[in-house]
Amino acid sequence: MSVSVQRQDFDIAAEIEHLTASDPEIGAVVSFTGLVRQTTPGGSIASMELEHYPGMTERALEEIVAEARARWPLQGVRVIHRHGPLKPGERIVLVLTASRHRQAAFEAAEFLMDYLKTRAPFWKKEDTAEGARWVDARDADTSAADRWRR
Amino acid sequence: MQVLYFAWLRERIGAASEEIDPGGAATARDLIARLAALDDQHAAAFADISAVRVAVDQVMGDLDTGIAGAREVAFFPPVTGG
Repeated sequence: MSVSVQRQDFDIAAEIEHLTASDPEIGAVVSFTGLVRQTTPGGSIASMELEHYPGMTERALEEIVAEARARWPLQGVRVIHRHGPLKPGERIVLVLTASRHRQAAFEAAEFLMDYLKTRAPFWKKEDTAEGARWVDARDADTSAADRWRR
Repeated sequence: MQVLYFAWLRERIGAASEEIDPGGAATARDLIARLAALDDQHAAAFADISAVRVAVDQVMGDLDTGIAGAREVAFFPPVTGG
């Protein structure tokens, strides 16, 4: 199982251990962790709520993982994305990529995050001093995803 | 068909999902026109369709994606995960 969408936190070290244990040909593991930032364009946040589209979310993430596997020689991929209420400093997302050599793992991890940000059905609602607000999508995220087009 | 709403579309409409008879709607855009005519909440949710994204049977599409035979059509703002 390479994709999980869950409320609970994850253990990065345990996930890396699990991903790499079965394949002695893995020479590189890249790990990306996304955290809830306290200060956002909307101000300082007390917490946020991550909504998602059950069923489609898992499917979208699996498609993104399949695309990464088609583009790079990966020995393993793991994506965990949380939903529900989250506070500043908490982990939101984990992407692990494993390959024989580092370049594939580095590039694939970046690709996975860029695509996840523009294609996976998640929506953030921030709780600020001025009230709750839905986060706007960033043009920079779309540009980041577009550079992988071919 | 089942029509789903997420984020501020869900809040403006006041429902996460509803059963809708698509009538003669052939595309997501046609379905929006039909939904927007239902009441003030739907009209407000679909006031700016440039901010609306669509998935048909859990596959990302666009306003011109066909909905004939679809079981589930979802409307939502641009995604902000990660």
